[in-house]
Amino acid sequence: MFSIQGLEEDNMSVVLDVKNLSMHYETLAGNVSAVKDISFSINSGESFGLVGESGCGKTSVAMTLLQLQPENSVITEGSIKLEGKELVGLSEDELRKVRWDSISIVFQGAMNAWNPVIKIGEQIREALREHYPDNSKQTNIQKIQELFKMVGLDDTVADRYPHELSGGMKQRAVIALALSCDPKIIIADEPTTALDVVIQDQILNEIKKVQELLGLSLIYISHDIAVIAEMTDKIAVMYAGSIVEMGPTKKIFENPVHSYTRALLDSTPSIRGEKKKLKSLDGEPPSLINKIDGCSFAPRCPDKETRCNPNEHMRLVEIATDHFVDICSQGKE
Amino acid sequence: MSDNLIEVRNLVKHFEVSNSFFSGKKNVVKAVDGISFNIKPGESLGLVGQSGCGKTTTARSLCLLDPKTSGSVNFFNPEKQLMESIDNIDDDSLKIFRRNIQMIFQDPYESLNPRWTIKDIIKEPLDIHNIGNLAEREHTIVEILRTVGLTPPENYLNRYPHEISGGQRQRVSIARTLVMKPKFVICDEPTSMLDVSIRISIMDLMLNLAKELDVSYLYITHDLAVARYMCNRIAVMFNGKIVEIAETEELLQNPIHPYTKRLISSIPIPDPQFVRERYEINFEGLDKIVRDNPNEQMVDIGNNHFVATHETKEYLIES
Repeated sequence: MFSIQGLEEDNMSVVLDVKNLSMHYETLAGNVSAVKDISFSINSGESFGLVGESGCGKTSVAMTLLQLQPENSVITEGSIKLEGKELVGLSEDELRKVRWDSISIVFQGAMNAWNPVIKIGEQIREALREHYPDNSKQTNIQKIQELFKMVGLDDTVADRYPHELSGGMKQRAVIALALSCDPKIIIADEPTTALDVVIQDQILNEIKKVQELLGLSLIYISHDIAVIAEMTDKIAVMYAGSIVEMGPTKKIFENPVHSYTRALLDSTPSIRGEKKKLKSLDGEPPSLINKIDGCSFAPRCPDKETRCNPNEHMRLVEIATDHFVDICSQGKE
Repeated sequence: MSDNLIEVRNLVKHFEVSNSFFSGKKNVVKAVDGISFNIKPGESLGLVGQSGCGKTTTARSLCLLDPKTSGSVNFFNPEKQLMESIDNIDDDSLKIFRRNIQMIFQDPYESLNPRWTIKDIIKEPLDIHNIGNLAEREHTIVEILRTVGLTPPENYLNRYPHEISGGQRQRVSIARTLVMKPKFVICDEPTSMLDVSIRISIMDLMLNLAKELDVSYLYITHDLAVARYMCNRIAVMFNGKIVEIAETEELLQNPIHPYTKRLISSIPIPDPQFVRERYEINFEGLDKIVRDNPNEQMVDIGNNHFVATHETKEYLIES
C-alpha cells in the first residue's frame, strides 16, 4: 500500500539514514554488544520492520535511535542522520528537540505507563506545552481532539483517567500522544503485544490509516512475522545484535535466503493455505558478552553442514536489488 | 456407555460484584453463561475468543478450582469405567478426578514456586497422590524430564526456576502436569508468553505427548493460527457463550456466525502478497442479541458443525 518501488524511489527523500551503528552496554560481567554494525535507511512514508526473537537487539536499536538507552550504554561508532542532521553526539538539550518533534516512539507496554492520577488529556497537553510553549490552552485542546479523531477515540476520553479505559483505548491514546508533535517518524515497539487479536487488528488498522494520512515513516518492531508481513514495506531480520537479512518485505517472504530468516518463516503458523508441519528452532541465542567469530547463528543453524559457511565473518552482501544478506549464507567457497 | 471423556452441559459461572463499597447492591457478571461441549479421548478442543469472554473461567470451573454456579460436568472415571458427575463426588472419585484432570498455566514465570527446585516441583503431585515409593518417584521424575526434552535430567533436578529459560520452565510445567499420567489436560495459553522459535517446540512437544500418552487437551487461546495447529475441533466463545463449534478446518473454511468471521478476519497472515479483508460487525448489537436470547440452542448444520441460532444478520454493518 505504501511501497513505491522502481523509478519513483529516486525521488523519495531519505528521512533516516543509519550507518554502521554499534552500541554496547557496560556491565560488571563485560561489555554486552547489543547493536553491532547496523546500517539501514528509511524513506518518507515508508514502513520498516525490525524482526527477531527476544534479546536480539530490536529494542536496543530503537532506544539508540532516540538515544534513550540506559546510562551504562555507549555508542561506539556509526552515525544516525535524520533528514541530513547528525544525531550522534548531540547534547541532551538538542536531543530533547528532536525527540517527539521529529521521532516519536510507542513503547512496548506503553499503555500501562499512563500516570494513573492524571487525566489522559492533561498528560498529552503536557507534551504539547513542552514542545510548543506558545500555544494557547484552547489550541492544545483542539489539537488533542483532532488527534483523538484520527485514532478513533471519543473527545470525552481526554477527561478520563487511565483506569477508565480499556487496553485498546489506552493504546489508541498512546498513539495519539506519539502523534502529538507531528513527528516525521514513529517507532512502534511491539505496540500490540498483550492485546487480543481483534483489538490488535483494530490498532494495526489505525496505525496504517494514520501513517497513510500523515505520510509518516514507521519503524515497526515485532517478533510476530505475520504482523510484520502486513505492516511493512521493508524488513530487517535481526539476530544477536546484527542484521542478517534485509530487503523489501515481499522479496524476503518469497525468497528468504538466510537460514535464520527461513527458520522464522517456517515457525509461523497461519490460518490460510495447507496446514503444514512447522519447524522449531532449537537452542538459544548466544550471549552477547563474548565476541563471536564467524556467523553468530552457526550453533543453531540447520544448514551449517550443507549450504552455509559458518566461518565467514558477518558482513552483508547485496544479492539482488535492495536485498541484502549475511555473507555466511552465500555458501562455502 | 458414552464414549466421551468429558461432558459439559449448560455450565454457568456467575460472579457477584458489589457496585460500591458502601451499597449492598450486587451486580452479577455472567462470565460463563450456559455452555455445553464434549471431548473424546485423545481429542483436543480449542477454546478461542477475546480476552474476558470467559475462556479461563470455563477452565477453572471445569477442574474444580472455582465452584460452578450451575450446570453439569461429567467425566469418565477410568477406574470404575463409567461417567461420573463432579457434583457431590465422593473422596475416592475426587482423587481419581484430580489425578486425571490437570492444568498448564499461561505464565511459566509465575506458576512455578521460586523457592523449590525442579525436582520438588515435579515431585509434589506424586507425594500428594502417594504414587510409588521414594526411589520410584525419583525414577519417574528423571523419566518425565527426559520425555519433555530436558536432558540430561541430572542437570535440571536441583536447579531453581530462575536458573532456566522461559521455554524450559514451560517444559517443567508440562512435566509436572504429565507426571500424573492424566487423561485430560487444560492448557491456558501455554505458549503465549514464549518466543516464536520456542513456541513451536513446546506445541510440537504437546502434540507428540498427546499421541504417545493418549491425552486430550482443552486448549485455550485467542490465536486461531495456534488453535489450528493444535486442535481437532474449535469452539468459539463470545461473552460467556459458545457461538460456534466445529472441526478445525471446517470452522476456518466455512464460518457461519458473524463473530467467528470477525475473529478469523482479524488474524494477520504471514504473506505480504495477501490483502486481508476485515469483516466488520457491531459488537454492541451482537452483545445485546446474545444477552437477550439466553436460552438459544445450538443448531447442527451438518459436518459436526454447530452454530448458535440467534438472528444476527441484521446487526452486521455494511462496509
